[in-house]
Amino acid sequence: MKTCLVVDDSKVIRKVARHILETLDFEVREAGDGREALDSCLDTPPDVILLDWNMPVMSGMDFLRALKDSGLPTRPKVVFCTTENGMAYIRAAIEAGADEYVMKPFDRETLESKLQIVGVA
Amino acid sequence: MPPPQSTASAMNMIAALLEQRSGQQIAANRAWRIETALKPILRERGLANLDELVAQLVAARSGELGDQVVDALLNQETSFFRDAAVLDAVGDAVQEMRHQVSDRRLRIWSAGCSTGQEPLSLAMLFAERGMGDGLCAPEIVATDLSPAALARARSGKFSQFEIQRGLPVRRMMTWFDSQGGDWVAKHDLVRRVQFRQHNLTADPAPPGKFDIILCRNVLLYFSPAMRRTVFDVLSSAIRPGGLLVLGAGETVIGQTEHFTPSERFRGFYRAAIPSLHTSRAAAAG
Ligand SMILES: C[S@@+](CC[C@H](N)C(=O)[O-])C[C@H]1O[C@@H](n2cnc3c(N)ncnc32)[C@H](O)[C@@H]1O
Repeated sequence: MKTCLVVDDSKVIRKVARHILETLDFEVREAGDGREALDSCLDTPPDVILLDWNMPVMSGMDFLRALKDSGLPTRPKVVFCTTENGMAYIRAAIEAGADEYVMKPFDRETLESKLQIVGVA
Repeated sequence: MPPPQSTASAMNMIAALLEQRSGQQIAANRAWRIETALKPILRERGLANLDELVAQLVAARSGELGDQVVDALLNQETSFFRDAAVLDAVGDAVQEMRHQVSDRRLRIWSAGCSTGQEPLSLAMLFAERGMGDGLCAPEIVATDLSPAALARARSGKFSQFEIQRGLPVRRMMTWFDSQGGDWVAKHDLVRRVQFRQHNLTADPAPPGKFDIILCRNVLLYFSPAMRRTVFDVLSSAIRPGGLLVLGAGETVIGQTEHFTPSERFRGFYRAAIPSLHTSRAAAAG
């Protein structure tokens, strides 16, 4: 079973994501901010991270940087979630190391298609 | 008093209109969708129910209202890189065919292309595999019955919802520009596809022969007899030995003699190559 770490400061969004991911047969872990997420990754790296881009404690960008510097042998795939869809904004996240992006709110089909694209579904 | 409900006979007449114009049948247990799909037209015309719509359809001189009704009832569900592995295999097949054919462009027909995601996905794929320009770029002809779907396809404009279904972000960044909340395909992408209106159940195939025909998720709701007719049309348009690609779960088996499962490409069908005997007979007759 593949694992997905859901990183979002909103409990509601985590719950929605968990629900969808479980129907897609993922084992789901949650983190409320980037620091918690980093600890969780260093402890046991997930296959994929669903990453909120605008978090208060540690932004998505900072999290990606920290993940890169953490020395994990294999980096989990990262799908970042956002409510903005400007090209510059998306490009910056991809250049920072995200593999895919998904706009909030998303439905099951959309998330599944993104997970397939990064090769974990 | 609420307006009287639509009668079953009005629904049946509308289902019959759809089948007559498009070949698409509506299963009895999905008849409720008719009213939902036609709500906007009812509202726009101030009609209380489907019976009043039928009355207008009968009275109408031009077929315009009929076109609008049929358009609203067609299932146009699609996405970029739908069944991505299948499109990859189309890319492989094109590369293989290129080895045999070097003096002309290969020709691909996307039949029932809806709002264009399928042919545009092919165009991206070919360009990325070094088959984007010149003789080695396949010609892509994309057709659909629905003028509204084709207008959207030609505009190359997709909502956020449509764009993130199946389209990898890097491809999106390469081939699309963001515009307000939407995404618009670059001219360099849209120019690679020729969109045309075409009814698979009524029109002769587009001119010329095709090396590969995709007709995915179109024939699902056709009657067996209508499917047979469409396979005849597709067969008239394909080169001997050419490939037919259907949707997941669709098959030619038991429905036509013109195509047989391809041994080389799983899930694809190979157009029969006329034997010397039959081609001589055809030449004589
Ligand atoms: C479900 S979509 C499939 C789109 C695409 N091929 C795919 O697989 O994603 C089916 C399309 O077939 C078109 N269609 C239905 N009946 C047709 C007919 N008789 N001739 C041409 N197109 C037709 C519809 O307008 C619709 O756009």
